[in-house]
Amino acid sequence: MPLLAVTDLRTHFHTRSGIYRAVDGVSFSVERGETLGIVGESGSGKSVTCYSVMGLVPQPPGRIASGSALFDGVDLLHCPPAAARAVRGKRLAMIFQDPMTSLNPFLRIGDQLIEPLLIHEKISKAQARRRGLEMLEAVGINDAARRAQSYPHEFSGGMRQRVMIAMALITRPELLIADEPTTALDVTVQAQILELIRRLQRELNMAVIFITHDLAVVSGICDRVQVMYAGRIVETADVRTLFARPRHPYTRALQRSIPAIQPKGSELYTIPGLPPDVSKAVPGCPFAPRCEFAVPACEQKEIVLAEIAPGHAQACLRVQAGEI
Amino acid sequence: MAEPILELRDVKTHFPVYRGFFRRQAQDAVRAVDGVSLTLARGEVLGLVGESGCGKSTLARTILQLVPTTSGAVILNGRNLGAASARELLASRRDLQMIFQDPYASLNPRLNVFAALAEPLRVHRVCPPGEVPGRVAELMHLVGLAPRLARKYPHEFSGGQRQRIAIARALALQPKVIIADEPVSALDVSIQAQILNLLAQLSRQMHLSLIFIAHDLSVVKHISDRVAVMYLGKIVELGGAAEVIERPVHPYTRALVSAIPQPDPDAERTRQRIVLAGDPPSPIHPPAGCPFHPRCAYAEARCAAEVPRLEAFRGREVSCLRAGEI
Repeated sequence: MPLLAVTDLRTHFHTRSGIYRAVDGVSFSVERGETLGIVGESGSGKSVTCYSVMGLVPQPPGRIASGSALFDGVDLLHCPPAAARAVRGKRLAMIFQDPMTSLNPFLRIGDQLIEPLLIHEKISKAQARRRGLEMLEAVGINDAARRAQSYPHEFSGGMRQRVMIAMALITRPELLIADEPTTALDVTVQAQILELIRRLQRELNMAVIFITHDLAVVSGICDRVQVMYAGRIVETADVRTLFARPRHPYTRALQRSIPAIQPKGSELYTIPGLPPDVSKAVPGCPFAPRCEFAVPACEQKEIVLAEIAPGHAQACLRVQAGEI
Repeated sequence: MAEPILELRDVKTHFPVYRGFFRRQAQDAVRAVDGVSLTLARGEVLGLVGESGCGKSTLARTILQLVPTTSGAVILNGRNLGAASARELLASRRDLQMIFQDPYASLNPRLNVFAALAEPLRVHRVCPPGEVPGRVAELMHLVGLAPRLARKYPHEFSGGQRQRIAIARALALQPKVIIADEPVSALDVSIQAQILNLLAQLSRQMHLSLIFIAHDLSVVKHISDRVAVMYLGKIVELGGAAEVIERPVHPYTRALVSAIPQPDPDAERTRQRIVLAGDPPSPIHPPAGCPFHPRCAYAEARCAAEVPRLEAFRGREVSCLRAGEI
């Protein structure tokens, strides 16, 4: 049984200007110890998918229109709030893009770090503090006893992200959701944080969902990758297959537009047009208006994710028909 | 090389640090830019890279004279901007424009596209008032925006389109030099490629010189002719973009290059990474000797004592005492 199984998740936002279908029929699963990458551009629904699982979607305006998220047998979307709370923050933890806005500026690092422990475990404050210091050392913060007395603003961006990671991992979760954890950081610090996540994952044998828009980051850290577009998964495969043999036109276009793999000075490949407005129901394939392979049928027929090789599924009708 | 359009001679920008509640005495200074010399040729694209806090944005602001230089000279087209009068400076600003990172913050939300693009034309009296609408339409066309969007406001555009408006605004005065401070970092990959193409094409067409500031080395390598790597207010390596990024010499450039993730799973898993420990030191009290020596894997005793100078080495300039040995 997978650790987390999300089935047909639909998260919609009801606003004055219409219903935004941020996540529109997403199914995926994560095995124990596995790293799953979710890649997509802004507005593709990658963060909302994970916010839904974590119960962080504000309702209203958000509404989970359908779907289930089974975490080790417990449906996080439909179980009693107390049961969900017992999982979230303990067995399932999350770190965010901006460590400045996600740490409480009024609390000392040491105090906010042990909060999840005090809530989820029967533990004395002294014991919790000891575990907190161990965790700070594990994430590479030297002189932990003194640094625990500091406030978040006294830390650099990279150090704050380390504190966030320490806080998320202090309860030894089985699944960590990392939402663009390195996007706000410098490349050198990004390398440190990626290395840290990799090491702690091995030590704790934890599964990780890694959300990012950067295909290059995914290639080093993930086992499996799924690409999202306009609230849907358009392709999923193990990381080697996805980079070596991407099949969906969107994945291929995305890969071709990375400057790193294009000859210097050449005109960069670009995807024409803009992502669709998700406030209107899109019949057929949402990528069709920007796709170089689109035929009239693409804008009419509903897309489904279908396996084209073991472990490699994609949603393009024309690829499924063997036409491209 | 052709006559440089822009020259920096040992430019230093220090910000005094005031201590005490009433005393207001400058006791220290943040050495944001600490002795930078550069030349920029006509039509050249110079990439400027480094971690946050290395002084690259302060350098950009210094060139534009948005912050005063502490010492040294910024020479644009033969005129020393530091010594120029307010009137001369205004005239020079026509030749020197800037594009900022965040197109959400750098456009006035209460001006529609037409007003935003017409404003610099009017301020600098570029053309007779009657020709302004035609010129605005031309600018919009140049950056790939449909002229029918002229009456729309910034909030009605996507990030990529807003960056196009910012570029059109910078181009309005037909500048000779544009400084782009992280112009694509806030954009998605597919949009980023569109903006990079646009900048490259404009710099070719209009023979514009471009200083392109970014922390993404693969983007910089793609667009730049030459690259300058900054660390703690100083340039540590300067040379042809492909040479510097493919065969870096300075230990800091090496670490920076090795930190870029590659979009190739097999290469990513096998390659040797140099992971730098810690954060850059404070620019208030930079380390003695080579500013990089506390984090450098090749440092030896003399690196802490002797300040390296930027010197020619294997077809580029490097400031490392051990460049020949490592």
